[in-house]
Amino acid sequence: MSTTDSELPPAPPPESPTDAPLTPGTSMAVRFAAYGRTALFTVLAIVTALLLGALVIIFSDPDALGAWSSFFSDPGEALSTSWQVAFDSYEALFDSSFGEFDAINRTLVEATPLLFGGLSVALAFRAGLFNIGGAGQVMVGASAAAWAGLTLDLPAVIHLPVALLAGFAGGMLWGGIAGFLKARTGAHEVITTIMLNFIALRFLDYLLTTDRFQRPGRNDPLSRPMAESARLPELPGPVPAHLGLLLALAATFGVWWLLERSTIGFRMRAVGTNPDAARTAGMSVGATYVLAMALAGGLAGLAGTSNLLGRPSFSLSGGFYESIGFDAIALALVGRSKPGGVLGAAVLFGALRSGSTGMQAATQTPVDIIVVIQALIILFVAAPRIVEAIWRVRARELTDAPQFTSGWGGS
Amino acid sequence: MRVEIDGITKRFPGVLAVDDVSVTFEPGEVHALLGENGAGKSTLMNLLFGLHEPDSGVLRIDGRDVHFHGPSDAIAAGIGMVHQHFKLVPVFTVAENVMLGVEETIRGFLDRRAARARVAELSERYGLKVDPGAVVEDLPVGIQQRVEIIKALYRDAQCLILDEATAVLTPPEIEDLLEIVAQLRDDGRAIVFISHKLREVMAAADKITVLRRGRVVGSTTPARSSPGELASMMVGRDIDLTVTKAPATPAGAVLELAGVTVLGEHDKPVVDEVTFDVRAGEILAVAGVSGNGQTELVQAITGLRVPAAGTIALNGTDLTHKSVADRFERGLAHVPEDRQRDGLVGPFPVRDNLVLNLWRRRPFARGVRIDRRAIRENADALIEQFDIRTSSIYAASETLSGGNQQKVIIAREFTKQAKLLVLSQPTRGLDVGSIKYIHTRVVEQRDAGCAVLLVSYELDEVLALADRVAVMCEGRVLGVLEGEELTRDRIGLLMAGTVLPQDAA
Repeated sequence: MSTTDSELPPAPPPESPTDAPLTPGTSMAVRFAAYGRTALFTVLAIVTALLLGALVIIFSDPDALGAWSSFFSDPGEALSTSWQVAFDSYEALFDSSFGEFDAINRTLVEATPLLFGGLSVALAFRAGLFNIGGAGQVMVGASAAAWAGLTLDLPAVIHLPVALLAGFAGGMLWGGIAGFLKARTGAHEVITTIMLNFIALRFLDYLLTTDRFQRPGRNDPLSRPMAESARLPELPGPVPAHLGLLLALAATFGVWWLLERSTIGFRMRAVGTNPDAARTAGMSVGATYVLAMALAGGLAGLAGTSNLLGRPSFSLSGGFYESIGFDAIALALVGRSKPGGVLGAAVLFGALRSGSTGMQAATQTPVDIIVVIQALIILFVAAPRIVEAIWRVRARELTDAPQFTSGWGGS
Repeated sequence: MRVEIDGITKRFPGVLAVDDVSVTFEPGEVHALLGENGAGKSTLMNLLFGLHEPDSGVLRIDGRDVHFHGPSDAIAAGIGMVHQHFKLVPVFTVAENVMLGVEETIRGFLDRRAARARVAELSERYGLKVDPGAVVEDLPVGIQQRVEIIKALYRDAQCLILDEATAVLTPPEIEDLLEIVAQLRDDGRAIVFISHKLREVMAAADKITVLRRGRVVGSTTPARSSPGELASMMVGRDIDLTVTKAPATPAGAVLELAGVTVLGEHDKPVVDEVTFDVRAGEILAVAGVSGNGQTELVQAITGLRVPAAGTIALNGTDLTHKSVADRFERGLAHVPEDRQRDGLVGPFPVRDNLVLNLWRRRPFARGVRIDRRAIRENADALIEQFDIRTSSIYAASETLSGGNQQKVIIAREFTKQAKLLVLSQPTRGLDVGSIKYIHTRVVEQRDAGCAVLLVSYELDEVLALADRVAVMCEGRVLGVLEGEELTRDRIGLLMAGTVLPQDAA
């Protein structure tokens, strides 16, 4: 299009800088530049978090602290000891998360449920919903899968899919309730999902005391192991992980396709971004909320199920499931609610988890440092201005990415 | 106080917003700044009010150079601004709002009494009729604006900037405002009156400066110019404010409303037994002061609100309880009143907004799969056909100017071969060029046999487009006028609720 066209009045220049048009250039280049910038900022946030994490490592290490106390007599020693401590810790962290096939395997097994959980939060968020209920959906999903895994007696080709479906359906039900309450009564999903988390938690506690579930001879909340035929088999090759990993990767693609290439995703994104316009355009906002929450719940259910059916103990237990729902929120945030981003974040967080014990064994750096690093990553992703100030890059174009932190609840 | 803007330039990334502008505001003078949306009026005023700093040029007050680093500097220098969107705390009283930021205290306690007395005195002096004790959220928009004016006067503003002050007001409120402005001027203050409405500018201003694309294109006075001349200065060519159209050749009724009643708060009818038809090939305009039930009527017709009584039929099919999507299927097209809230998903690319309510139809969808090529080709075609100015089909719609955003909606709704076209305030806030363009397209739709329902608060627009006019007042249609009856006076009387015997519906 020519800008010197004299038929109509000239396109009015924007009156304020926030209206400034995109910088000139081919359209595709502009789009990729925006993506690139978002990716760059996430990487910078991670690098910043690792650098600050190094400081924490240094100042919690007795040797390094000792070297610093004699800083004025031997400054070189303080610096080199610090460097050595931080470098050794990170090296050990890397070695025991990616250093050998066995480590990669651990990382991927850790990443699998995280990936399902992150997709769950990301999907709901794109439809304008803040799914705090991952924990509850994980528990109900895992419970349903455990029921199928313990009580049914079927050949593996049928038993495993049935157990997986049960896990998906359980989570779907739990998420769908929150969606339905929002659509019908306007009850905020943050409140209802938190409440549903408590219900699910007590429900799971109860189940683990029943004869059907509880492992005979145990008093702690631990179920009998799942039937062999319901377990996720290992994959061939040097990194076996388990079949759940492939399912999670397929789910990543599926969520991407649903959001970006299907009419359902179009509707979800429209409702999530501007419910008024979506309604005016004839979209059913309520039905979209129910569907999005049900699908998100189903994905969270699979997070629990993949852990239950894929990890060596093959049993349902009380503790694990709570944390995953909240880690999932962090993953969606770091992955900017895009399936590809969530995949990257799941691998990163999986690596931090799987590498932490190796790091502690090799360098005495406490496992808890991982939590600090995770928290710092989340902080810097949520507050791009800090990264902007530290690295002297401009974050303005970031505003077109889904802004997790500003869209609390979306209604 | 004499405020001089001398050779000011302000650049934003990719845009020269204000280009070497010089203009002087004299005390005791109403100086109108006239220009299309995006001509640089608001930027210029933000520069004067300290919200932006100029790249080059100087501001002078009574001959002395001044530099503002923020609004507080500007206020201290005696400049006051009444923004288009008020900056009031709804739950505070008038006096509390006025004193906010310049609170006077007695031993640490707020001196509310002094503030109230001062507000009452200012209100009395300029005939503002504002009760200092009233809570702002209970006040009508016109009075809220006066609170903003009092706020500026309380801070002793000698130069008062009114930014699109009439945009939110009803015609009687506009007249009151113009009187207040005249009083403030007679009191020796410099008034800057920003507007793109020609008639008001002609009525209010002593001096007019026209801006176009960031530059001053000329200065004049109302006595030495005419609306037509000003309009051509604004857009840079002669324009005709009227629309040329052949007489309508209406066919059968497309939209039939019978006794439609919509209840609002406290079950009060906001649309009260409205009955009329819109026929194929005609434009029926609903005229009236805003807030008389037009919004709710449109919501009932488009399916966004369920009427409490009455029926709505499209081509003979009862649609009263059908969904929005059903109505679209049966040939409804809708240009909503608030384009940014209801018409577009702002962060979505232009491409997607062009199919926002067509997304599940062929060719754009095949089953659940979206056909991206069809959507792209549609976007390319419509951008060309409707001359939508955008950097690309992937640009977020919210980055477009207001006129181009509206063109996106118009392009979407006007190309779907609708049987009924519902237009709500289709040209609100747009510049003359865009208005004329949209008007031409509306007449095209009519001539193609579409039934057009136009809701507008602008009498000029109603008179320019309508074949018949239904006038609404307090939720009721007081009369449907056509032909010879379509005069400004007849419509005006009905808008005010006065029913002449021959107009009784």
